Amino acid sequence: MKLPSFAYARPTSVEGAIHHLVEGGGEARLIAGGQSLLPMMAFRLLRPSMLVDIGAIEELKTITVERDVIRIGALVRWCELERNQVLMEKLPLLPAGIAHVAHYQIRNRGTVGGSLAHNDPAAEMPTLAIVCDAEIVVVGPAGSRVAPAREILSEALSPAIEFDEMIVAVQFKPWTSSKRWGFSEISRRRGDFAIAGIALHYELDAEAKMMDVHVAVFGAAEVPQRLREVENLLEGRLIGSNLIMEASARVSSIVDPPEDIHASADYRRALAGVLFERALREAASR
Amino acid sequence: MEALTNPKDGGQYMGQPIARIEDARLLTGTATFVDDLIVPGMLHAAVLRSSVAHGTIEKIDSTAAMALDGVHAIYTAADVGDDIPLIPIRLAPLPEFQAFRQPVIARDKVRYVGEPIAIVIAESRAVAEDALELIDLEISSLEAVADISAASAAQGEACLFDQPSGNLAVRYFSAMGDANAAFERAAYVRTERFSMHRQTPLPMETRGLLAQWDADTAHLRVIGAAKVPFFNRKTLANMLGLDPSQVDLIEVDVGGGFGVRGEFYPEDFLVPFASRKLCRPVKWIEDRREHLMATNHSREMHCELSMACTREGHILGIRGRIEADMGAYIRTNGGVVPAKAAQFLPGPYRIRDIALEVQAYVTNKTPVGTYRGPGRFEANFFRERLLDMVAVDLGIDRAEIRRRNLISEDQLPWDAGRLVPYETRAAFDSGDYPQALARCLEEIGWADKQHLQGALVGGRYHGLGIGCFVESGGAGPRENAKIQIASDGSIIVSVGSSMLGQGLETVQAQIAADVLSVPIERIRVLHGSTTLLHEGFGTYHSRGVVMGGSAVLDAAKRLKEMLIEAASDHLGRPNVELVLKDGRVEIAGGDGVDFATLAASTSLTADGSFSNTVRTYSYGSHAAHVAVDPRTGIVSLLDYVAVEDVGRVMNPLIVHGQAIGALVQGLGGVFLDHLIYDSEGQLLNGSLADYLVPTATDFPQIRAVTLELKPSPSNPLGAKGAGEGGIVPVAAATANAIAAALVPMGVTIRDMPLSPARLWKSIQEATTVTHES
Amino acid sequence: MDKVNIELVVNGRSVAAEVPLRATLADGLRDYLRLTGTHIGCEHGVCGACTVIVNGEAVRSCLMLAVQADGAEVTTVEGLGAPGDFGPLQAAFHKHHALQCGFCTPGILTTLHALLSKEPDASEDRIRDVVSGNLCRCTGYISIVAAALDARRAYLKESH
Repeated sequence: MKLPSFAYARPTSVEGAIHHLVEGGGEARLIAGGQSLLPMMAFRLLRPSMLVDIGAIEELKTITVERDVIRIGALVRWCELERNQVLMEKLPLLPAGIAHVAHYQIRNRGTVGGSLAHNDPAAEMPTLAIVCDAEIVVVGPAGSRVAPAREILSEALSPAIEFDEMIVAVQFKPWTSSKRWGFSEISRRRGDFAIAGIALHYELDAEAKMMDVHVAVFGAAEVPQRLREVENLLEGRLIGSNLIMEASARVSSIVDPPEDIHASADYRRALAGVLFERALREAASR
Repeated sequence: MEALTNPKDGGQYMGQPIARIEDARLLTGTATFVDDLIVPGMLHAAVLRSSVAHGTIEKIDSTAAMALDGVHAIYTAADVGDDIPLIPIRLAPLPEFQAFRQPVIARDKVRYVGEPIAIVIAESRAVAEDALELIDLEISSLEAVADISAASAAQGEACLFDQPSGNLAVRYFSAMGDANAAFERAAYVRTERFSMHRQTPLPMETRGLLAQWDADTAHLRVIGAAKVPFFNRKTLANMLGLDPSQVDLIEVDVGGGFGVRGEFYPEDFLVPFASRKLCRPVKWIEDRREHLMATNHSREMHCELSMACTREGHILGIRGRIEADMGAYIRTNGGVVPAKAAQFLPGPYRIRDIALEVQAYVTNKTPVGTYRGPGRFEANFFRERLLDMVAVDLGIDRAEIRRRNLISEDQLPWDAGRLVPYETRAAFDSGDYPQALARCLEEIGWADKQHLQGALVGGRYHGLGIGCFVESGGAGPRENAKIQIASDGSIIVSVGSSMLGQGLETVQAQIAADVLSVPIERIRVLHGSTTLLHEGFGTYHSRGVVMGGSAVLDAAKRLKEMLIEAASDHLGRPNVELVLKDGRVEIAGGDGVDFATLAASTSLTADGSFSNTVRTYSYGSHAAHVAVDPRTGIVSLLDYVAVEDVGRVMNPLIVHGQAIGALVQGLGGVFLDHLIYDSEGQLLNGSLADYLVPTATDFPQIRAVTLELKPSPSNPLGAKGAGEGGIVPVAAATANAIAAALVPMGVTIRDMPLSPARLWKSIQEATTVTHES
Repeated sequence: MDKVNIELVVNGRSVAAEVPLRATLADGLRDYLRLTGTHIGCEHGVCGACTVIVNGEAVRSCLMLAVQADGAEVTTVEGLGAPGDFGPLQAAFHKHHALQCGFCTPGILTTLHALLSKEPDASEDRIRDVVSGNLCRCTGYISIVAAALDARRAYLKESH
């Protein structure tokens, strides 16, 4: 499974990278960690005319924290995310979800930007970006723009960016201590793609009611999505066994999962409910 | 278990956990696997394979591909000639199979996705793959059959071959005693239909060959052989119109076999053929995508099984029908898989009235071959499941019903009948089957844990299950060895056994070292290659130690005699006064002469051989403890114990390694490994992301106990084959545990695999039914 | 054929090679630097047999282009010890029979070397978790984990 031929460039700036994308007319692809791109090329499912290696663009490798924004550069790798103290304190759902990504060797190379640009529907990062209302910073020949993750990532394997644009960062609002969160997924083996997964969080108000509830499902949906009906059901309410059961049943009834050789739609539907229950109980126990 | 690097008792190696001599090169990256070799002028091959499961080849146009820079040649059936060689059947060559043999390259028809249609030779593998994409290939589809029922119902174009029997390649009956009579008088009969799914062993090294034709000497050298190099040499020579003496098949380091590597495949002809046409060395390394569709599959079959019993659970007779899915062609392993499945249905039990039927079907899928414990993994699952159902029906403890039926020590040797048409009568040689079961039950804590059967604990249902087995090994007819003293006094052991990573090099060295009283470091073991010996047979059916080891023992003993004879002349003393010690022949405690000195004046080479017409029979019991989450279908394996009596252990470290490795591979075959086809014959698991095998986190709670209760009476080592017993009862024991766990949910386990999605579905269906009734 | 010149340090030695642009690091090491200890098991990043250490981190060399290793420090299995001069991991694997056919072994040795060099106090769970990224069909993993725990001592000593 040798790779098809390609031209190669290794720019040291975002502008340089954009330039190559423009020149490529839609046939050039960015390569970051290459953990998703190279397997696809090995199977000859993708044959870019040029690989634009952005690995030397230092400014994309940092996590910066300001009062209101945590900005994660596109080239930040999973192994860096998982050990980042600020994230563990201010956005704990992220390292918790990332803990499920692939395996050790892949985590040393795979990047946040790469995962978002690939947008695999069973991957953790796109879901985390959507459920946390993240914004994605995109740069193109016309300059930079910021758009909600849920818009950029609305189509599986096809993020809403132009051929000559690149994701440079993803931004999150830091959490306060009143946030409660849960993450639960099931895969065939450790590190495999999720068959189904749930990521959720809410604010606990002074009366212990769940506010600003966010629930997202992945793996059991064509593309990661927020479960608004379930969020509405939980909004403003006190957590309790009956509510958990009701909400979990609602999750199973509203998800519309795909079928593949690993799981039927019905099985994914059932799993989504079970995982929701686990994630919510986990959130409540914090 | 830890290795001994300094053996006890000054030089006694056999029976000790000696650290392996293979390790030095394998741990340091200095081993030689076939892809590690580069020779001057070497070209690379890639194979064009059918992406259509059943079709007629309308056009192959290589013009554009040949024009690609770096492409040297593209060969199709037209280049091979009018008579395309057919791959011969090595085992179980029933005459009916001859019509279903595979041509080494497709000419008019393709019958499975992955079937070779052309071979491209280029400067690099990458360029060869570029060329594949430029070949203009047109195949018009024919109706495909992708399972046994479609195959058996097929008419007209859905028949793969023009045979009066349609897609039924063979059907035969075999029997022992009078099953009809047994069933008539039985107080209780139960019949069930079971199925086992398609899997492949997936060695970590894919197949590969480096073929070098030397036009000057008219000699062909093919590196990358394994398992049965001598048979393959003869086959290849035949196909190429050469004398076998013009062909060498060389075995280097091999990354696992498990039955599928080393058989004669289309590429075993095509690559040497290309080398000969071009007079250039040609290397072909199978990639993993190809491997999944081109290397033998196995295990897929249905079984209808009936057991007739007394009310006390004594088995009076069994009737079994095996329907096997053989894939598109009958390849070198012939009908072994279903034949063995039928043969091992009675298992280690006292059953004298048996009626068996075997049906083997061709389908438009990758052809089938042997995979570790072929037919047995399946048969044990079918029979042990049925036995548990019978036990539950009759209200007998599942361990007790086995005790009541296991062949007892005083009944051995046990006449196991002539249940395989192309084989002679089988006899289980020696053993204490009940003792192995007792040990297994003790280890798993069977008695103490009965209260957990079907119990709901922390949201999961618990269950314990047992699987008993008997397993043949040490297949004949013969193996050969040669031992030579080199000029520096070192000892070179050449043996016909093929080595695929099991540690045979070390075991053969241990045997030679003990007989010749030398430190094991002085011994070099050469294996497999046809250049080493006049005749060899190879490694399959767990025969490496029994046959190869016994041949080494024979050669070593002869060499010892030669050494003593030579030393007697040299020292002027009679033979009886001389002993071997530490690489010398000496008068006990006195003067001596070292091997090197003797080798300088006399040729010291001894040939050895061991022949056998009977097989060895290892046996034992496995037990599993599982907890099943009914909401997700996920099974946790809380404990698993494998107990096997292998007669005599040459190296406990190696035997234990085989036991654990086989066990985990078997667990993969229960929960993970599953080759999935759609109804058009398209393989849906195209990569290792979709064909799943166990990893380090999947089954940590397992253990194996090896017993040496009853040596084999049929070889001088007393050993029984130990490479496959560890896998054969795994599906049985595990499925029985899951079945026990899910009794409260009304689930009946008959079909494999037991992946979470399938188990969940069974639970849903059972609870729906319960609800409705 | 598009080629590119790369310079890197492999097992402590500076090396240079001209490799095809589309060569993976695995192919570069094996075919051009003739370090054949690193094995190719799948070429799509699942089996881990090709694992090497790049700039201190274990990576799948089939998922890296050779050109991306230009200027890097790479350690392969050949750098962990030689016959007769095993490193602690190799010695532990030998003692615990943690290999059979040996094809997956180099990738597991480099993975563990990278892990234990950074985390000499890695727990059994952590070791198992990390090794879950490497497929082995022969051993069943029990002996691999036992060997890793045994070798851990040497890394702990080294870190003090």
